[in-house]
Order: sequence, then C-alpha cells, then structure tokens
Amino acid sequence: MKLAMKSRHKKLLLVAVAVIALGAVAALVLNAFRSNLVFFFSPTQVVNGEAPRDRSFRIGGLVEDGSLRREKDGLTAHFRITDTAQTLPVTYTGLLPDLFKEGKGVVAEGRLNDSGVFVAQQVLAKHDENYMPPEAASALEQAQKAQKTLVAPQ
Amino acid sequence: MIPELGHFALILALLLALVQGILPLVGAARNYPAWMAVAKPAARAQFLFVAFAFGCLAYSFLTLDFSVINVTRNSHSRLPEIYRFTATWGSHEGSMLLWTFILALWTMAVTLFSRHLPEDMMARVVGVMGLVSFGFLLFMLATSNPFLRMEMAMDGSDLNPLLQDPGMVVHPPILYMGYVGFSVAFAFAIAALLSGKLDASWARWSRPWTTAAWSFLTLGIMMGSWWAYYELGWGGWWFWDPVENASLMPWLVGTALIHSLAVTEKRGTFKAWTVFLAIGAFSLSLLGTFLVRSGVLSSVHSFATDPTRGLFILIFLLVVIGGSLLLFALRASQVGLGGRFALVSRESFLMVNNILLLTATGAVLLGTLYPLFLDALGLGKISVGPPYFNSVFVPLVTPLIFLSGIGPLARWKQVNVPELAARLKWGFGASVLVALLLPFTLGEWKPMVSLGYLLSLWIVVTVAIGVRGRMRTSAGWSANFYGMNLAHLGVAVTVIGVTMVSNYQTERNVRMEVGDTVTVQDYTFRFDGVKDMEGPNYKGARGTLEVSRNGKPVSTLHPEKRIYTASGMPFTESAIDYGLTRDLYTALGESLDGGAWSVRLFHKPFVVWIWIGAVLMALGGLLAITDRRYRTSRKKGSAEA
Repeated sequence: MKLAMKSRHKKLLLVAVAVIALGAVAALVLNAFRSNLVFFFSPTQVVNGEAPRDRSFRIGGLVEDGSLRREKDGLTAHFRITDTAQTLPVTYTGLLPDLFKEGKGVVAEGRLNDSGVFVAQQVLAKHDENYMPPEAASALEQAQKAQKTLVAPQ
Repeated sequence: MIPELGHFALILALLLALVQGILPLVGAARNYPAWMAVAKPAARAQFLFVAFAFGCLAYSFLTLDFSVINVTRNSHSRLPEIYRFTATWGSHEGSMLLWTFILALWTMAVTLFSRHLPEDMMARVVGVMGLVSFGFLLFMLATSNPFLRMEMAMDGSDLNPLLQDPGMVVHPPILYMGYVGFSVAFAFAIAALLSGKLDASWARWSRPWTTAAWSFLTLGIMMGSWWAYYELGWGGWWFWDPVENASLMPWLVGTALIHSLAVTEKRGTFKAWTVFLAIGAFSLSLLGTFLVRSGVLSSVHSFATDPTRGLFILIFLLVVIGGSLLLFALRASQVGLGGRFALVSRESFLMVNNILLLTATGAVLLGTLYPLFLDALGLGKISVGPPYFNSVFVPLVTPLIFLSGIGPLARWKQVNVPELAARLKWGFGASVLVALLLPFTLGEWKPMVSLGYLLSLWIVVTVAIGVRGRMRTSAGWSANFYGMNLAHLGVAVTVIGVTMVSNYQTERNVRMEVGDTVTVQDYTFRFDGVKDMEGPNYKGARGTLEVSRNGKPVSTLHPEKRIYTASGMPFTESAIDYGLTRDLYTALGESLDGGAWSVRLFHKPFVVWIWIGAVLMALGGLLAITDRRYRTSRKKGSAEA
C-alpha cells in the first residue's frame, strides 16, 4: 500500500516536472523565435519610413545600374538597391558574392543608420544567374503594382 | 531509342509497384499465402526495371544525348566525364529517379537480408514500400519525366558549377540512402500497426535497418556540410539553410528512433512511441524531399518551380502522413505498453533523450516552415536566421549530450542512484576541472568553450567507465555496445570541433597586392599574384598564396576564380590547407585595380573534427548493425549446430 502511494507520488512528480520543463522549453523557443525574426521590406517601404530603426531587417530589389562604387580599401562597397519606384543607398564591407552584379537581383540584411543609409551585414545573391531571389522579385512586383494604381486615376 | 526504353521501364516499374503494393497487403490481411508470396518477386522485378531506367538515363548523360531535355539543361559537351555521370541526378527529374532507385534498392535488400521474417510481416513490409514507390513513380511519370525529348539541341547549358565537384558524386546518393532508408523503418511500423504484432523480435528486425539508414543520413549530412564549407567559398560549415534543416529534422527524429528502438527491444516498452517516431522520421524525409525539390525554397537545391509538382507532392504527403497517423490513432492502443520502469532508470534517461530530440526537431520545424507559411498566406516575408537556431539549440543539446554520458551506465528498470553517483563522481570532477582550465591554454577563457569541453570530456570519461566496466565483467564482444560507444565518442569529437571553430576562428577579408603579406594567427600569407587559366569548361584566374609560419614554409595555396563558359556563371573555388588542429582557408574575392585582389584568409581551428566526429557516429552505427543477435535468428540452424 505504502509502495503504491509512493509510485503515485512519483508519477505526479514526473508529470509536474514534465509540464514545467515543457513550459520552459516552449518559452525558450518562442522567445528566441520572436526576437530573431528578420522582416523584409522593399525600398519603397523603407523610404516611406515603414522599416524599423532599431533592429535589422532585409531589403531586396535590383542593384541599380552604375551605382556600385568601391572605397580605396577594395572591401567597402557602396551601391543602391532599387525596386524601380524608389532606391535606397547601401553600404557593405566585405567580399560581395559571385553573382552580385549591377542590374541583377539582390537581397541584403542589415540596419538603417542615422543618415538613412542601409548598412548591410550580409549580402545574398543566389547561386543561379537566371534566378531572382523571391524577396527581390516581390519588391519589384509591389513597386509595379503601386505605379499602376498611381497611373490609373489619371 | 535508349530514352524510350528507360521511359517504358519506368511504366512497367509503376505497374509492378502497384502489384507489389496491393497483393501482398491484401494477402496478409486475408491470409492468402499465394498473394503474400508475390511480394518478393514483384519487388525484385521492380528493382530491375527501375535500375534499368536509371541506367538508361545515365547512358543518355554519358553519351550526351542532347535530344533529351534533361540532358540539354544539365550537361555540356565540355563537361568532364565524371560530372556527366553525376549530372544524372543533378536535376530535379534525375534526383527523383535516384530516390526511386534507392527505394527499390532498399526493398531489394529487405527481401535478401530479412529472410527470417515471417511470411506475413515480409509481405506487409514489402507491400508498404511498394505503395511508396508507386507514389514516386507516378509523380515522376506524371510531372517530372526525366526522359522527355525535344528537338536536338546543339549543346547543353551545363551543370550548375556548384555541383561540379567530387563531393557531389557521393553526397546525393549517400544522403538519399539515409532519407529513403527510413522507409524501411516506416514500412516495419505500418506492418506492426496492420498486424497488431509488436514485440521484441519486431524491434530486433527493424533495428539494423533503422540504424543503417541513420548512419547513411549522418554521412550524407556530414558530406553536405563539408561540401558547403569548401565549395560555397565562405567557410561556414552549417548555415541553418532550409535545405540543411530539411535533412537535419529526419536525422533528429531518426536519432530519437534508434534510441527508442533500443528500449523496445530490450524492455518491450515505448512501443507505440517507437512506431510514432518511425512514421515521423519517414514523414520528415518526405517533407524534406518536398521542401527541397518542389521549388518552395529559394536555394541551390530547388531545381524547379512548377506548381503541379508541388501540388502532387503535397497530396502525396497528406496521404502518406495523414494515412499513417490515422492508422496509428486507430491501432496504437493494441500495441500494448510493456515493462514498467522507475523514475531514475535507463528508460527514463532515454525518454528524456527522446523528448529533447523531438523538441529540437519542433524548433527547427517552426523556424523552417513558419516563414513559408506566412508567405503562402500573403502575410509578409520574414526570415529566421542562425541566431534563432543557435539560441534554441545550445540549451536543448547541452542536457542531451550530458545525459548521453549517464544513460549507457544506468541500469534498466531502476538505477541505484548512490552507486551510480559513486561511479561517476571522479570522472565528473576531472571533466569539470579540465574543462575550466583548458581554455586558458588556448589564449582566452570563454564560458562557452568550457561548456563545450565539459560536454566532450564527460562523454569520453563516461565511455571509458562503461567500456572498462564491460571488460571487467568479461561479457565479451558486443558490436552493438561498442558501436554505441563509438558513436557517442563521435559526438564528443564533433562538439570539440564546433566549440573551437565557433569561438576561436579568425576571418580576415583583405585587399592584397602582389607581394603583400598578411598574418593571421601566426600564419603569414604572401600573395604572389594571379595567372590566367583554362579548365575543360571554364576560364579563370588562379591565385598563388605562399603560407609560412615563423619563416618556415607551410604550404602553397591556389584559390581560383572561374567563369563557366556555357552559363557565364562566375564561381569561387577555395583553396584549403587541411590540418588536424587547424584549416587555413583561402578564397579569391574580386579583381581590384592595380593587380590587387580582395582575398579571404581564414584560420579555422579544429574544424575537421566536426566531420571526423560525424564519420565516427556513422561508423558506430554501421558497427552496431554487425551485432550477432541481428543475424542469429536467420542462421539459427547453423549457429546452434
């Protein structure tokens, strides 16, 4: 009898520990998840001030033709990303990926500095030349839609 | 002619798969021996036809038959012979054929090596695998026929440069051996649910298959990680890319499964749970295939963006996963509960192992699918990066690894806690002491380094205690026992690699003119300029970097910048001096004015340990399979004689 009680207590204890552990883990995962989400904005949205100032985010579009300029160190690059409606100045220090090219699609992750320049920590260009990163494609699409709605009433 | 024969063979294989899927399952349910007996010949015939089709496609690639669309898109007359062959599975269509071929191979293996299985079990296992094969063959013939023809093209558009690498010769087949291998565990699980029979001998039958698949998957992931390290040109070994996550999820569940199977075999417990994990591991393999192959993800591996394919796989997934989970819900209660165990016992340690592994899987699943989910619903584009996965993984894996030291030393049923503590206290003390002090000798003390060393040393110490304990009792050779310990040591080795490279690596991106020297961690790199070069199907620049240490030459590295002629794609080929305690990693960036180049110079301490550890894990798994008890029932007559 005593033994049975004991085992029931043990079981209760086990369940309690499991519930607490599960709660802790869920809290850990969800908290990490929330604080590490990276949102995507198009250049138009950034210029309209929709992008956050205090955390990093992603932008996408085309590297504007003729906008790439390198500093003397050979490693710091300045260029502009456009969705054909708006452009955003970007700076990046490091080696650009193989498929980074003017006129091609690109996605960059970083934050805005005080003067409105996007300081990229990472520049992604995809591994296939004919392939447009989906984020960049969606930015272009949005800009086109926006232009159409602007043109329509006239 | 040859492509048509291949196409025809696929159609015959489809019909055979249907026969193999239906007759044996119905036969087993109704107890018609003649119908059950169809399983083996149908499976073997199906294997022959799929293998023939695969051979036809390989032949088309090797002979550069540019009337086949698949060949035109993925090959080129200047492509070196070996890559012409590997291009067979370099495309979406070809990789589906490889998947089906490997599934047929596993089925064939089951018919050959599991001869001791009772007739109805064999019929059910082979039948379930036939149904899976039917789904894949139908998918291929309906949406992704690798043999489609068109008008003869002049030349092909070449294989993606990233895939033109010796690593790609073995990585996909090995990875698929893992993915698809879980279909055997899945088939055994479904067979158990259908028959309602799930006992220790069932676990003993399905264990070696599961461990084999797991070992292949481990090797496949390891090769993928190594390939990404040297081929993508920026020296990372794990990116938490959705494609990698797609292979990690079935691995995590598979790891849980091989541990849970141990409990089911030894103690008859965790039965329903084991079945659930087997369904889960294979479902995640299918999900991985879906994620990678349907073009849902924007990554190297997504060859196609064809919505009908996506829809087909989605329906296929729903049928397989939904159907098996429904069956599980209906039948799991019949499977039974098994032996009891105390709060502190090997069973409970393995239970915690399983919970942690599944939680980790859930976390990866959330991070991988949530962005796709939001995107599909049009709720915005987000991405979940490495910081999320790292911050979730470390706290989950730390207790997992720590307990993997204790678990094997704990007794089944009930642990005598004071006795176990007495056995472990010196080892624990020594691990803590060394882990705290060792990082000082590496230059800088970091808490994460101490943690990594503690976990690693702890495993080494507990493995040593376990092995010594076994030798004392002179229980003799057990492939299973030593295999497990080898795999656990592999974890320790990988942990050291991850710890060292994450905390002490040095990455420098510099501009170098000819004759410039840059020193990274005692190693001096001198840039001797770049020469033009020409490869079989590319042109490019080949740099020379002389590496020395304290004036003594260490090695000469030749990183390359290539432009592939057919596609015009630029490509960075890194050059690495491998070493047991450090890798020196170099890659060319871009040509700058005045003959200067931007160059990556990385010092990566102990990075190869990550992959060596993974190889040890896989070898441990393969060693465990050779255990006598998996064979005894087959050779019962001869063994007892």
